[in-house]
Amino acid sequence: MAEAAGPVLRAPAGRSLSAMVLRRVGMSLLLLLAVSVVVFAGTEFLPGDVAQMVLGQGATPEALAGLREALHLNEPAVLRYLHWLGGLLTGQPGVSLVNGMPVAALIGDRLPNSLLLAGLTALVTVPLALFAGITAAVWRGTLYDRGLTVGTIAAVSVPEFLFATVAVLVFAVRLHWLPALADDVDTDSLRSLARSFALPVLTLALAIFAQMARMTRAALVSTLNSSYIEMAILKGVRPVRLVLRHALPNAIGPIVNAVALSLSFLLGGVVIVETVFDYPGLAKLMVDAVSTRDMPLIQACAMIFCAAYLLLVLLADIAAILSNPRLRHR
Amino acid sequence: MSAALELQPIARRRLSLPLLGLLSGILVLACLLLALLGPVLAPHPPGQIVSPTVFAAPSRVFPLGTDYLGRDMLSRLLVGARYTVGTALPAALLASLLGTGLGMLAAVRGGLTDAVISRAMDTLISFPSLIFSLVIVAALGSSLAVLVGTAAVIYMPGCYRIIRAVAVDIETKDFVRAARARGERTSDIMRHEILPNIVTPVVTDFGLRFMFIVLLVSNLSFLGLGLQPPLSDWGGLVRENLSGLSVGAPAVILPAVAIAVLTVSVTLLVDNLPGRKAAMRER
Repeated sequence: MAEAAGPVLRAPAGRSLSAMVLRRVGMSLLLLLAVSVVVFAGTEFLPGDVAQMVLGQGATPEALAGLREALHLNEPAVLRYLHWLGGLLTGQPGVSLVNGMPVAALIGDRLPNSLLLAGLTALVTVPLALFAGITAAVWRGTLYDRGLTVGTIAAVSVPEFLFATVAVLVFAVRLHWLPALADDVDTDSLRSLARSFALPVLTLALAIFAQMARMTRAALVSTLNSSYIEMAILKGVRPVRLVLRHALPNAIGPIVNAVALSLSFLLGGVVIVETVFDYPGLAKLMVDAVSTRDMPLIQACAMIFCAAYLLLVLLADIAAILSNPRLRHR
Repeated sequence: MSAALELQPIARRRLSLPLLGLLSGILVLACLLLALLGPVLAPHPPGQIVSPTVFAAPSRVFPLGTDYLGRDMLSRLLVGARYTVGTALPAALLASLLGTGLGMLAAVRGGLTDAVISRAMDTLISFPSLIFSLVIVAALGSSLAVLVGTAAVIYMPGCYRIIRAVAVDIETKDFVRAARARGERTSDIMRHEILPNIVTPVVTDFGLRFMFIVLLVSNLSFLGLGLQPPLSDWGGLVRENLSGLSVGAPAVILPAVAIAVLTVSVTLLVDNLPGRKAAMRER
């Protein structure tokens, strides 16, 4: 997931700001549509008869025919795709092949948990990463900056499950401070919330922190290297004021861009973290669905993850567009 | 603090790092050698239960202890290198080959060819990599061929974008226009005019693809959705011993550390290659 998604932006040729943003939003919607085609095509690869798979070998021909009718298996692929897409858009993405529950209800149970986990992680990570990135940019070239740079480069390439298992080993197995699993989402009191979320959030935060701090540093460094900052230094502007008043306002766009892109890394990390801690979230639901090959559920989950991903990339790009000074004063 | 704000050339910072690059290069080489020689070096048969004690502590017979069935951990790690590298390397080569080829093609041809390939790549890059693999694995299973193909498809667009960007730049140079005027074919322009000038970005990008793919393959195995036993790669070793974290931590942590050693040293090596700045910036 390390690529920046979304289309490469063309050089703006006499377009107004709002037109560029609208164009970018439209492009995201088109991409989401293309993604839905790819996700739907997944079912076409499934070997064998889906109705047979659901009902088992002992099913009567009538039952099979009935289920085929209900699942629209007799229709051509294009019609089934449109039907499926319509279902997604109206909030009725079908029925689980494994337990017959409506996919919407299964997802409805889990989605808030995943959003809570992602939200808490963002809440913890964003301030820390911004602080680390900004200080590293200000003190660039120092031992602190070099250590942070090498450390974040390394941390980005470490698999999340190493962080997760080491964290469990240290804080749950050895020290007995925290529970090893977060299978029970307890939001009754702040204390119990902190206890059950500490390890999952810590693991996720480590992975995102490195990415975010690194990109924030890069965004601010390119601002600090510009000639108007040099001018401000020569004028004798005090360092704190220089960073806060001169550099940061102009780096806000790139920094928001960095934050949004880094947050998109949550979507991969959350799969691993929810599995390790047996957390009842959307990603765990999807992983379980993959092992039972519950296609309607997998497809709906995949669409949610892709939509979230495209949304974050869209926000990043819009931040980049809005912060482009050549466009701002048009 | 005022001294720190002085503008410093980046070059000065880079000078202090070659040692790190050398060290990571040696580690990468060691991992590749393990993948090649692992089975020869393994002191015990990796699939065979050789000890009555599960999760045994390290001893002279079993230098890294035993796993959840009483198999020798060192042997399983040595052989596991083969599956991790053996899946990731072909996938990275394929991704790099396709991405570089299509990137150059789009740059040289331009127009409709460029537009069609670019939009297709935009679609592929709109999937979080793990989510895309989950959909594919659910539909096609997780054989070695499916894993290699999936990883290659996921990481091809990133390579494509970088190579296309670099190649578009070169395509405007006079020697390419001269080649066009001579009437050379597209394939000849790609091979003789463009390719020799983009070797550095291709190589650095390949290193990063390889690192990402090792992580992806390991994550899938960790979820139980990658290579299936008896083909146990490092991610699979972490998974199968996970239940014994409280009694046999080394069996869980060591394979995970092995993956991290490989991926971190590849990243640091790429980061210290000459001319890597442009490739890293594009990501």
